[in-house]
Amino acid sequence: MADLTKKYDVLVVGGGNAALCAAISARRAGASVLVLEVASKFYRGGNTRHTRNMRCAHDAATKELTGPYTEEEFFDDLLRVTGGNTDEPLARHMIHESKAMLDWIAEQGVRFQPSLGGTLSLGRTNSFFLGGGRAMLNALYRTAEKLGVEVAYETEVVDLEIEDGMFLSATAARRDLAGYGRVVVYANALVAAAGGFEANIEWLKQYWGAPADNFLVRGTPNNRGTVLKLLLDRGVGEVGDPTQCHAVAIDARAPKFDGGIITRLDCVVFGIVVNKNAERFYDEGEDVWPKRYAIWGRLVAGQPDQIAYIVFDADSLDMFMPSLFPPIRALSICELAGALGLDPGALENTVTGFNAAVRPGTFDHTVLDDCRTEGITPPKTHWARRIETPPFYAYPVRPGITFTYLGTRVNKEARMLMKDGRPSANMFAAGEIMAGNVLGRGYAAGIGMTIGSVFGRIAGREAAANARN
Amino acid sequence: MHATEALVEADRLMVVCNSCRYCEGLCAVFPAMEMRRAFPDGDLNYFANLCHGCGACYDDCQFSPPHEFDVNVPKTFARVRADSYKAYAWPSVLSGLFDRNGLTIAVVAALSVAAFVIGFVASNDPAAVFAGGGGPGSFYALMPHRMMVLIFGAAFLYAIVALAMGARNFWRDIAEPFATLAAAGSLGRAIRDACTLRYLDGGGDGCMNDEDSRADHRRLFHHFTFYGFLLCFAATCVATLYHYMLAREAPYPWWDLPVVLGTVGGIGLAIGPAGLLAAKWRRDPALADAARFGMDAAFIAMLFLSGLTGLALLVLRDTAAMGILLALHLGVVFALFITMPYGKFVHGIYRFLALVRYARERGAMAAGHGGG
Repeated sequence: MADLTKKYDVLVVGGGNAALCAAISARRAGASVLVLEVASKFYRGGNTRHTRNMRCAHDAATKELTGPYTEEEFFDDLLRVTGGNTDEPLARHMIHESKAMLDWIAEQGVRFQPSLGGTLSLGRTNSFFLGGGRAMLNALYRTAEKLGVEVAYETEVVDLEIEDGMFLSATAARRDLAGYGRVVVYANALVAAAGGFEANIEWLKQYWGAPADNFLVRGTPNNRGTVLKLLLDRGVGEVGDPTQCHAVAIDARAPKFDGGIITRLDCVVFGIVVNKNAERFYDEGEDVWPKRYAIWGRLVAGQPDQIAYIVFDADSLDMFMPSLFPPIRALSICELAGALGLDPGALENTVTGFNAAVRPGTFDHTVLDDCRTEGITPPKTHWARRIETPPFYAYPVRPGITFTYLGTRVNKEARMLMKDGRPSANMFAAGEIMAGNVLGRGYAAGIGMTIGSVFGRIAGREAAANARN
Repeated sequence: MHATEALVEADRLMVVCNSCRYCEGLCAVFPAMEMRRAFPDGDLNYFANLCHGCGACYDDCQFSPPHEFDVNVPKTFARVRADSYKAYAWPSVLSGLFDRNGLTIAVVAALSVAAFVIGFVASNDPAAVFAGGGGPGSFYALMPHRMMVLIFGAAFLYAIVALAMGARNFWRDIAEPFATLAAAGSLGRAIRDACTLRYLDGGGDGCMNDEDSRADHRRLFHHFTFYGFLLCFAATCVATLYHYMLAREAPYPWWDLPVVLGTVGGIGLAIGPAGLLAAKWRRDPALADAARFGMDAAFIAMLFLSGLTGLALLVLRDTAAMGILLALHLGVVFALFITMPYGKFVHGIYRFLALVRYARERGAMAAGHGGG
């Protein structure tokens, strides 16, 4: 049981990848470290539990990576996915530091493996954790505890005492200990690595309105943004568009929280996607799926009642990664519409119109093929095949929000910058809580973990140096 | 649909796992699963026997309990595996021996030991039983060599036949062609994987006990047990050759090959099962199929007793205890043989066959022909 009454050099708030990298790095630099994790031991680690890889620059192929991925190429990818919404010096610094991350993370006991089945497109750029994100977390916690990092579970930070940009203390509430209640924790430096606010539907509604009620949260229910809000309210500079988030279209039957990877659907490119009026609303074949999956969450969020249906036929059934729930199946389009609660005539019309617009071509889902439609809006520009072979299938989808981009502004030391631009005396941030500095928009697979690990390591090191001065 | 509730659960889990695939680097089960999209009973039985129960996937899983998806692959496969032993048992009328297996084996062992003791005493002058002495032929003074060969030869033959029939049932159930067994590549790969216990290592980090420590030495103790058993078996074979080809009768001097093999093997059979049993007790109860604890413990105990009584016989063969110790050792070994097809021993056969199939599938995948 961690001792919350003594004063630590470094207080880390949060328990995921960024928090643990910070804790380990601070401890290795000689600091005494306390980690406050809101979750129970099983659920520790926030969204890291659901991750599986990180994107790091490397100059040569390794045992697990199929080829080099230079800093320049990484930066180009980041520029492309964010549409330039990034702090270039900070992003370049992160990418440079990411090169050392592969070795550093492995030194903390995390093991890598070649890219997973079904993710071959990431085999060169992304390093996959053997056993996935929870295995990674278990390794980090083992290492942290071996080094003497103190960890308190089910302990939520509910207030921060900050004076003129200087952290003084945190008030922690301990769950399930009615008699214990609140305790004030003192430390010389703070690392905030407590995630974003995607699980706080009320907060999301400030920007999204009522539609946010229909969002599913893919990860932890604990990312309610409590620490982020406290920091912003106490003078820390804000970064990132609060309406921006990483959201994908996931199976509408998924649980409200923590459904993770297994509810994702990779079949949009093989069929058509209609809304509750049985109308198509976006080019399903715009680009290869790895480059488009991240836009469909927002697309579905823009549709009435935030629901959509991916419709395809028997020819496509086995062409994509399986997922948790079976597709809804019917022998005719009419029957399928009935099963989905859609207007049968309208779905019939949409499918007939789509089928008539499909031009002849040679189908190849591994490249941008020449199967496209003509004369309908929106068009389907690749992989357009008639939906005509029964049985017919559909997956209902909703926006699945993964993480938010509103965060605390930081510099290259991961040190928080106050609203007036001055660096904080002793406060640092890492992970999702500051991801918006680098990732203003869009998403590239594995980059969340890169932000967490790189800035976590830096934040821990700097916080330790700060605390011991 | 599925034959048992455990198979229904196994199917549910494989759908979850096949949508996730985070564990594919840990062992052979998950790559084998990825070659399929549907999971009939035969394939689930194949996966369950391919699973070494290391537990890594449970600790690595973001969906293990208390998560609502309730994913516990090691425990579910342990149940499926034990059910499959029963289903493949030959003759099928004896499959009930897998129920309350611990008790069954204990009773058989006790009866067997009693039979040998009584037989020794009844067929010899009681004084001869307690006379001791370790010279050549002293064992056979108590039980004629021919009688020993007859009884143990018959027990061994029966075990071989029953095990072979069980193996045949398994092979049919997973619908694997006979030709796979004749493919040297697959066979060689499987022998390597089995002899090194490649998949009992949690993806290279040792097998699990709980998420905080990976200090579990089941692989080491299994090596002690397995190779100890092989050495003891080799000792018996060499002694048989000595007897018939060189006309040299047991007991042999301590430096002679059968004794050296038997002593080293016996030490393995004492250390290995003790370590395995200790590991079993320490194991996270969430991972274990508690209902089958008796089956595992009984087999481990039988191996341990075989080793222990053998060593005791070696050490005390010149004393008055020799006669009773010989009866004890022979009784335990006899019980071990006749219960082999109806206990945990079969795991080795089915797991090896599953590895042979996996080696074939992996080869086919690598060559781009798809699997299963």
